[in-house]
Amino acid sequence: MSLDKPYLDVPGTTIFDAEQSRLGYHLNQFCMSLMKADNRARFKADERAYLDEWPMSEDQKQAVLARDLNRCIALGGNIYFLAKIGATDGKSFQQMAGSMTGMTEEAYRDMMINGGRSVEGNRRIGEQQGEKK
Amino acid sequence: MAHISASVYTSHVPAIGAALDLGKSHEPYWKQVFDGYEYSKQWLKEQKPDVIFLVFNDHATAFSLDMIPTFAIGTAPEFIPADEGWGPRPVPKVIGHPKLASHIAQSVIQQDFDLTIVNKMDVDHGLTVPLSLMTGKPQAWPCPVIPFAVNVVQYPVPSGQRCYNLGKAIRKAIESYDEDLNVQIWGTGGMSHQLQGPRAGLINKEFDNAFLDDLINDPDALARKPHIDYVREAGSEGIELVMWLIARGAMDDAAGGPKPVLKHRFYHVPASNTAVGHLILENSQ
Repeated sequence: MSLDKPYLDVPGTTIFDAEQSRLGYHLNQFCMSLMKADNRARFKADERAYLDEWPMSEDQKQAVLARDLNRCIALGGNIYFLAKIGATDGKSFQQMAGSMTGMTEEAYRDMMINGGRSVEGNRRIGEQQGEKK
Repeated sequence: MAHISASVYTSHVPAIGAALDLGKSHEPYWKQVFDGYEYSKQWLKEQKPDVIFLVFNDHATAFSLDMIPTFAIGTAPEFIPADEGWGPRPVPKVIGHPKLASHIAQSVIQQDFDLTIVNKMDVDHGLTVPLSLMTGKPQAWPCPVIPFAVNVVQYPVPSGQRCYNLGKAIRKAIESYDEDLNVQIWGTGGMSHQLQGPRAGLINKEFDNAFLDDLINDPDALARKPHIDYVREAGSEGIELVMWLIARGAMDDAAGGPKPVLKHRFYHVPASNTAVGHLILENSQ
């Protein structure tokens, strides 16, 4: 029996379920280590060397080095863990969230001030093309 | 006997804490948020609760992926504000209530909810931002706080129905405590928001306001809302709203008593990426 995952058709969204969590264990635990000031300093001094202390995949390391949060999430990262990288870089949560949308920082901030992204057309994959289930 | 006098519901956006800590609360962007809590600060001063039972979620702070408890009750004498990566918030340490917390743990486990008992836990913005919103910048928090952490980070998170039923069990536990204590229960998190992926920035005012209406008037029906509705309509992080149902389940009417009185309602978009919602419900004596 396969598991019930009704969230797979939500566009632009990766639900951090047990499967993603298993994929991302070391990536997320690396992020967690950045909650200590000493570790943040060591990471900033030599990111690659710090990452090599963790049994992460090369893809995961490259995604972190590129600060590609969408890629990190696809590889098992969770946003609350990944936020520790942003904090280390001095980024706000809004800057981090915005970076995943393909929008500029200003455009994303303006969208939020104007009420945020509408749910219309964003409920299901394909909905924007009129392919409602 | 101890009793629950009121419940408070609020979002717990980290940027709200940062705005307060950095002295930005009078800037127009943030003033609109803080103005919604002016009534609440006065109300809390007058209510003088003896203990606040505060339902929140840990955001990969105290709990890494090494251990993921679904429901965790803090039984320690104190809890330190965590360094979440930006440095710890300059706020008072949180004083616990180990005696009541242990009593609740025993009672609730005997009512078939498997709580994790936590004697050491730093607390993140999920817990300290609601306290800041309700009190401003005090030298010490107004009373002891029992932190109650719910997993809403790794799916599956507990269902709305389970949260609502848990609230009922917590109410029974508190009401079986011999000391005469005025206890408030707070449910925090939400409202609509999504922090990840190309759909980040999602806000749904209609969903949020219907949620507030139902939380006040028809929590039994609201408890049956499935997870996927939160994800689809209120964003992947909007799922935090299930925690509000724990506080709502602890009110008198959920145990057959009279309806609570709505003392305050506030809604504002945005605070950073998030819709801010806030309610105060009092049990009628």
